[in-house]
Amino acid sequence: MSSQPLLEFRALTFERDDWPLFSDLCGELKAGEILQISGPNGCGKTTLLHILATIQAPTTGSLHWQGRDISRCRQEYLAAMTFVGHQTGLKLSLTPRENLRWLSQLQPLSRCSSGEALARIGLAGFEDVPSYTLSAGQLRRAALATLCMTEAKLWLLDEPLTALDVEGIADLEALLLEHVAKGGAVVLSSHQPLVNRAVRTLALDAMAEAAH
Amino acid sequence: MTSLSGAFFAVIQRDLAIAMRHRGDLLNPLFFFLIVVTLVPLGISPEPARLAAIAPGMIWISALLATLLALDNLFQADFDDGSLVQLMLSPQPLWLLVLAKIIAHWLVTGLPVVLFSPLLGLMLSLPQAGFLPLLLGLVLGTAMFSLMGAVGAALTVALHKGSVLLSLLVMPLYVPVLIFGTSAVQRAVDGMNYGGVMAMLAAVTAFSLLLAPFAAAGALKVGING
Amino acid sequence: MWQWFHKLGSPRWFYDISGKFLPWLALASVVLIVTGVVWGLAFAPQDARQGNSFRIIYIHVPASFLALAGYYVMAAAGAVGMIWKMKLADMVMIAAAPLGAALTFIALFTGAIWGKPTWGTYWIWDARITSMLVLLFLYIGIIALSRSFSTRETSARACAILALVGTVNIPIIYKSVDWWYTLHQPATIKLTGAPSMHPDMFKPLLVMILGFYCFYALVLLLNTRTEILQRERRTNWVKELAAGK
Repeated sequence: MSSQPLLEFRALTFERDDWPLFSDLCGELKAGEILQISGPNGCGKTTLLHILATIQAPTTGSLHWQGRDISRCRQEYLAAMTFVGHQTGLKLSLTPRENLRWLSQLQPLSRCSSGEALARIGLAGFEDVPSYTLSAGQLRRAALATLCMTEAKLWLLDEPLTALDVEGIADLEALLLEHVAKGGAVVLSSHQPLVNRAVRTLALDAMAEAAH
Repeated sequence: MTSLSGAFFAVIQRDLAIAMRHRGDLLNPLFFFLIVVTLVPLGISPEPARLAAIAPGMIWISALLATLLALDNLFQADFDDGSLVQLMLSPQPLWLLVLAKIIAHWLVTGLPVVLFSPLLGLMLSLPQAGFLPLLLGLVLGTAMFSLMGAVGAALTVALHKGSVLLSLLVMPLYVPVLIFGTSAVQRAVDGMNYGGVMAMLAAVTAFSLLLAPFAAAGALKVGING
Repeated sequence: MWQWFHKLGSPRWFYDISGKFLPWLALASVVLIVTGVVWGLAFAPQDARQGNSFRIIYIHVPASFLALAGYYVMAAAGAVGMIWKMKLADMVMIAAAPLGAALTFIALFTGAIWGKPTWGTYWIWDARITSMLVLLFLYIGIIALSRSFSTRETSARACAILALVGTVNIPIIYKSVDWWYTLHQPATIKLTGAPSMHPDMFKPLLVMILGFYCFYALVLLLNTRTEILQRERRTNWVKELAAGK
């Protein structure tokens, strides 16, 4: 077992108009770990995930992927990371299968076919209907189907539990556990606690209070 | 690993598929184009000689406005549903994917306008000699409108300000194309050689092709932060 | 050199040092502009064809010069801010936009006033005037964009990109407008040709141009200092300053 963390963030500060949303955030994520970012609305969970996904740049601080600064190896990092945002990223006029086919051309999603992934996440029979006929929970499932297909080591999930029913949450937890058992790592944001003893929590509100 | 050309064509194909499922939206710029050109004789004069004199400029201006109208949607819809972020997180170079989106956008907005323009030339009594340079010029010109427009669309993607700000940002950049485009048609109508003007128009479009994908990719990285 | 560069990037250092320049710049602009105005309006000879109305060039020409130069200043500041992530450069860029727009407007406005006695109309689609109008739109675009974003950092990045795209396009726009004008109107009237001017007319113009440059620098500094205070209002040094220390 290597002890080098997969992802490490050092002294992350994010200011909006010189007002710190969070400051001096440090942490690391080793293979096999799940990190849950928790905190009330507006505390910066999504922003932090966007920073980890390199969608947004932090005001100061740095990200390191397997010990290397991410600005030096961004392509490699993008190939090893998958991000499922708060918005599903699905086109409502396309079918789930078409959506996944498009995404799998852009990102390394070749572990299984889109059909298998949709079946696994409980959308068998809905592969070829327009996405606008799906419910919010089904759309969320379709977005999470990428997790069955991705080869990425690191998963960044922004509010993945939104709109999921009990069964959906169980399916997702099973996916997460399978992923970390194989040496992957997960960062997810959620305000509800995941029923999973392997989860480590980073509470942003406590950080924010400490910063002020 | 995904392949470069696979990603490029997947983006084009998907955007075309979406456009085909919203055929109504596809027709909007065309109707706009048609409406503006219908208003011209009503507002100015039905006299063929007067219409012929202003036809090149009117057709070009309405083509410009029609493509501008559709520009808003280049990145906006993808931003709203989150697929833009997925596009940007692809390990493939972003400028290439942006170029693919621009090409798809041109195919569904610019190209129909180009194909429609001879009809409008007919309605505005454009002399016969003007049709070929009009078509050629509009092919180059609408491509440039989509390319440079993409930079503005990327900058304003998260702002939800409608197209007014976007028009303000890109309109000055369209000035050279409008000038070269209309005068190519005018010269042809006047029986002069329009090759040089067309070459200048092509040069402006080629320059935009070099500049715009990179600028738009950079603009997207900034623009999505609102 | 590098250290100096980084020091320059510190808003506080810039605020202190620019405070020392301000009085000198103010003095220089007042002296130059007053000299230029008095010389140009009272002592320069009358123009043979235009009489006294030509004297508006003493405002029109310097304003037009700086209107265009101001765009490059803005774009250069934006580029520096983008490449080296220098906050101060962002502030200079944001400060330069309304200033440039104002100068462009002055150039257009004085041009229109000048047009009435010379061409018999306030507005004429002359190549210079048209280019100037397009430049005004470029400025207004930057200003409108800078006001649309929710955070200053994003706003500065976006404006920098737009300014750079505008900069590489300005020569193309100007050339095409020039060409367009010669196409529609063979150059019959040429009034602003500075080299053909009588030296007695030209010297005060030179003084005015210099004066305008100083004035531009002065206002840019003042605008930037305001921007600095606004942005850094939560820092201790600004609070101390505000407390009247």
